[in-house]
Amino acid sequence: MTEKKTSLSRRNFLRNAGVTAGTLVATSTLPSFNAVLFAAVKRNTKGPWYGIAIDIEKCIGCGTCAKTCKIENNVPQEPFFFRSWVEQYTIRKDGSLKVESPNGGIDGFTQSVPADQIEKTFFVPKMCNHCAKSPCVQVCPVGATYETEEGIVLVDEKYCIGCKYCIQACPYGCRYFHPDKHVADKCTLCFHRIKKGLNPACMDNCPTKARISGDLNDPESAISKFIRTKNVYVLKPHLNTGSKLYYNALNQEVR
Amino acid sequence: MNPEFEHLYQALSKVDGFIYPNEIELSWSILIVLYPFITGLVAGAFILASLERVFNVKSLRPTYVIALLTSFAFLLVATMPLIFHLGQPLRAWEIMMTPHLTSAMAIFGFVYLWYLMIVLLLEIWFDYRYDLVLWARESTGVKKWLYKALALGSDDISPKSVKLDQKLGYIVTVIGIPSAFLLHGYVGFIFGSIKANPWWSTVMMPIIFLFSAMVSGIALVMLLFIIINKVRKQKIDMLCLDTIAKYLFYIIIIDFTMESLDQIHRFYEAEESFEIIQLLISGHLNFTLLVMQVGIGMFLPLTTLGILQFYKPAEKVRQLLYFITGVLVLIGIFFMRWNVVIGGQLFSKSFLGFTSFKLSLIGPEGFLMASIWLIVPFFILAFLLWLFPPWKKTEMEH
Repeated sequence: MTEKKTSLSRRNFLRNAGVTAGTLVATSTLPSFNAVLFAAVKRNTKGPWYGIAIDIEKCIGCGTCAKTCKIENNVPQEPFFFRSWVEQYTIRKDGSLKVESPNGGIDGFTQSVPADQIEKTFFVPKMCNHCAKSPCVQVCPVGATYETEEGIVLVDEKYCIGCKYCIQACPYGCRYFHPDKHVADKCTLCFHRIKKGLNPACMDNCPTKARISGDLNDPESAISKFIRTKNVYVLKPHLNTGSKLYYNALNQEVR
Repeated sequence: MNPEFEHLYQALSKVDGFIYPNEIELSWSILIVLYPFITGLVAGAFILASLERVFNVKSLRPTYVIALLTSFAFLLVATMPLIFHLGQPLRAWEIMMTPHLTSAMAIFGFVYLWYLMIVLLLEIWFDYRYDLVLWARESTGVKKWLYKALALGSDDISPKSVKLDQKLGYIVTVIGIPSAFLLHGYVGFIFGSIKANPWWSTVMMPIIFLFSAMVSGIALVMLLFIIINKVRKQKIDMLCLDTIAKYLFYIIIIDFTMESLDQIHRFYEAEESFEIIQLLISGHLNFTLLVMQVGIGMFLPLTTLGILQFYKPAEKVRQLLYFITGVLVLIGIFFMRWNVVIGGQLFSKSFLGFTSFKLSLIGPEGFLMASIWLIVPFFILAFLLWLFPPWKKTEMEH
């Protein structure tokens, strides 16, 4: 009896060890199941890795970027759909804040605060931050929103089911629901132009060259130098989205 | 002006403060309010059924089958509002075929199917198998064949087979309890894991959703229990009704504590979003949160049920009070879902302003369509009660 027990328990031990080892091997080969550690994914260090830089000191609020974007990317003209827009911030002398973005700044701005009450005012162009740990990519239930190896966040419009979860997840309000295509839509950093070696339309058309984009992996690129030499800041850093849109001279009031 | 965008131009004129220009239209409307409401009823009703079976609360026996069938009827409809709110409903199956595993939403299909196929269907089948065999023998015509088909070829009514049914049914219920927790806790996680939205992003969300689900599910079964007995002109088992009300009372206390804790924590920490949330509660959600959810849906039922724990008026009076309480609780939980889903989208993620929401009457996301999704489960339930009348079942000890 004793002998039998021993052999049984040994067999049990071997079986359990086998199951444990098998499970470990199986799970280690399934990185896609690493769902909980989404934000721990390493950034791409080979090849171009795109980021954007905007110099707030250079922006004059003409709205050309927003207008160009709508034309270049066929974004619906109604004032509810934007891949790119400009916000006007005005801080009054009493410390209160006024923010406006009529039609995304496409038609330009008029200052609604009387001049004698203004402490300071500036423009903040907004667009997709092409985050390295994008909340929108994380939550897409079918993987229709994805990040290219160049670090650009795109939507596969033939695959998107239109659940709008990504719109909820974007902290920056950069996504909208396309009224005709019935899928989520957003800035592609003019992927079609980048692939041809061109700049995004908003960057090429900015009259003051307030915005640039380029390869963050290349230390000699204009954007890498911009980030090195200026006091840059990203929006909502506490959310750890890995935003790759760097602003120079960003006021803390901007959200 | 393109009439398609008329409501958006109206909403644009009502914007209060500053919102990002893409935030004028709410992405999730009434259908997504229904989704947690309906799944909550499913999970809550099931948990009431398991109280009887697993935790051996004998006085709840008369509600066991009603609770199971209610849970089933609502589960069948639970996905409909979801599918119909999609921009591309025909691609809905992609969520099952190619789930993106970092997405909380991607798992819903599997959680749902698990719950439907493994838990509810199996439990109902094991509970009814013996009766299905008997009814197949007794009935004639189409009904006979229907029962025969539903018995899946089983024709054994020996005591041994019944014992096996009960054993397997018990195992399924034991698996079912964590599954019900999973189903609704998970729905809470869909909202609670959105870090961009401070109104949603709380670790308490799954727990709050779970307990509010139990509250709504128990209230619904209590209502149905009263209604079914009245319609059938049967005397209501008051011990059973009092027991349901007692559990409802306890769960409301837990739910209320959890929700209060969440809000107190939010207000005490007073993070970046503090001011906008304060404005949200005192302004846009003033009526739906303070009056409907907390006042009508929580304080009134809590007070009524609390008093009824100590003071027991005549049966008729108690029945009436329980009925009213059940209705109020359901309204309250509906508005809880409303305040989470709609409330969370009213303020801008810039925390600098609000958009507005107007529920339209018609259209796929309108009031009428939403009402249909709420009424259909009752028709399904009526059909189920006709096909599987709990009162014609052979009484068996669990």
